[in-house]
Amino acid sequence: MTQTGAIPPSTKEDRHERRRRLAIQKRLTEFDRKLVTPEGAELTLKLGSAGQRAGAFLLDWLLIILLFVIILYGINEITKGLGQTGGEIAGALAMLLIFLLRNFYFIVFELGRRAATPGKRVMGLRVASRNGGQLTANAILARNFVREVEVFLPLGFLLQSAVSGGGVNGWISLSGLIWSGIFLFMPVLNKDKLRLGDLIAGTWVIHTPKTKLLRDIAKSSQQAAAGNGNFVFSAEQLDAYGIHELHILENLLRKSTPEVKASVAERIRTKIGWDRLPDETDGDFLRAYYAGLRKNLEQKLLLGKRKADKFDKR
Amino acid sequence: MSDLLKSYRFREEREAEWHKLDQIINRAESRGVNALSDEDMIALPRLYRQAVSSLSLARSISLDQNVISYLETLCTKAYLFVYGTRSNLLEKLGDFFTHGWPNAVRAAWKPTLLSAGCLFGGALLAFILCMIDMEWFWTFNSSIVGDRTPDATTAYLESTLYTDQTDAEGMLSAFSAQLFSNNSGVALLAFALGFMFGVPTAILVAYNGLLLGAFYALFWSRGLGYELTGWLLIHGVTELFAIVLAGAAGFMIGGGVAFPGQKSRMESAQAAGRSAATIAIGAVVMLFFAALLEGFGRQLINSDVVRYMIAGGTLILWMGYFYLPRARGGHE
Repeated sequence: MTQTGAIPPSTKEDRHERRRRLAIQKRLTEFDRKLVTPEGAELTLKLGSAGQRAGAFLLDWLLIILLFVIILYGINEITKGLGQTGGEIAGALAMLLIFLLRNFYFIVFELGRRAATPGKRVMGLRVASRNGGQLTANAILARNFVREVEVFLPLGFLLQSAVSGGGVNGWISLSGLIWSGIFLFMPVLNKDKLRLGDLIAGTWVIHTPKTKLLRDIAKSSQQAAAGNGNFVFSAEQLDAYGIHELHILENLLRKSTPEVKASVAERIRTKIGWDRLPDETDGDFLRAYYAGLRKNLEQKLLLGKRKADKFDKR
Repeated sequence: MSDLLKSYRFREEREAEWHKLDQIINRAESRGVNALSDEDMIALPRLYRQAVSSLSLARSISLDQNVISYLETLCTKAYLFVYGTRSNLLEKLGDFFTHGWPNAVRAAWKPTLLSAGCLFGGALLAFILCMIDMEWFWTFNSSIVGDRTPDATTAYLESTLYTDQTDAEGMLSAFSAQLFSNNSGVALLAFALGFMFGVPTAILVAYNGLLLGAFYALFWSRGLGYELTGWLLIHGVTELFAIVLAGAAGFMIGGGVAFPGQKSRMESAQAAGRSAATIAIGAVVMLFFAALLEGFGRQLINSDVVRYMIAGGTLILWMGYFYLPRARGGHE
């Protein structure tokens, strides 16, 4: 992440590749926000992207509609025998239900322990206070009431323009639709992905995915290496790559298919000039090289040298 | 190669505690703070601080991405839990009705007056204009009031104010119609539009006043003013009060945006927005009561005097609840 003082690569292709990589990294960290806890430690919060939030919103509305249909069906079944009166009761209950769902669904869930509606939970999102302090009930109320302007107002204008047809009324509802549509698309328009409600309530929506602590690859490879003890890399061989490549190798070892591993192993062997051992497998080689590379880079790190990537000559 | 990596030893020493913190947080998030044992509660702050310092350390010595992103997520979850809200929904509700809501309303008396000015100013304007020339009625109410227009006969207008047969169906449908009439939507809209310096809020509230005034003028011109007032105010005290308060909440946000004072404009809007939100949800609650009063009260009670008494009673209750210096209980 830190490229301070890194020596620029020499050839034109290398420079080009590095620029491309930095651009990708910048895009990946675009949603990162720093938060300093009262203990003085820095946490990196990831903001929910516009797509995740739209997904959560759609899921929530599907759930609301589903709930509504189920309960309505239940009411209908129960009151069917009562004739005219039953119909009236069912109607009144349904109205009450719309009133409650519309006004309180989001609020009740966001006031809960996870500060997220079911839709947000599926997408790994939760609401948090923007200044790092407590998320108050008032903030949740405020951010949800503003949804009236963001969703129901454009919806109203949309219905109106569908009904009104052409003429002056058509123009009025069209301009109303455009005006109110601006609020709907606000999360896409600012860098913190705030919707109008977040802006007024002082909240934002962060992404907290479930992350498992996986096995350390270096450890298992060292056990394997201790078994045959044949993987010994020279200092030059371990200096061929930097932290960026190490991380790519880590992802590769955790997730990739044997074919990809084989081709990567071949490329590394060529680059560092490694002679294939008689009974070596691609996986063993990659794991051993990963352990060696990480040890080398972590030692440099302890001495304050952060070798960012293979172009970084230190 | 026989010696282990330093970063691995670092991880090995602390891993058990990270897992323990993870478990405690997960249990607390799914089953509430009460599901935690005393030992967990005592261990939590220590484990949290340890995880946070592990994260700082891991960033500077470990190049294992998985460890760092795991710690990052764990610390964020723990941070939000340790410094997050702890009260449950019932406590929050209780606090809202005993302190939060009345205090917020009392503190917002200036925007409340402004909002009331908009509503009743609009009503007065429409009333005067309609009394001069009833043609104005059509300007204000283009489609909304149905068949209660200047074309209707006085007898018909009077008949709409009273209910002959009171049955459960009539009450229920009146109640649901009232809920569906979307007053809560209007109230929340008045709040949410406040951020544009309160201008759309003022228009919205005044427009509701215009509708009211035109309607009133129609009945007044037929000599039904006294009867209409009773019909209107039995629930109208609560309903109009709610609209006024929702408008006031909008004006608070508008004021916060327009006159930030020492704070930044954004901070000022946030501070105003949070207390205004309390008033706005209160307005929704009031509108719910208004719907109950309209659906049941107005259908059951056909005597003007009793209607006036209920209107006066609700006025006293709301005023006492909001503005009496911390009288306990009040409404609810």
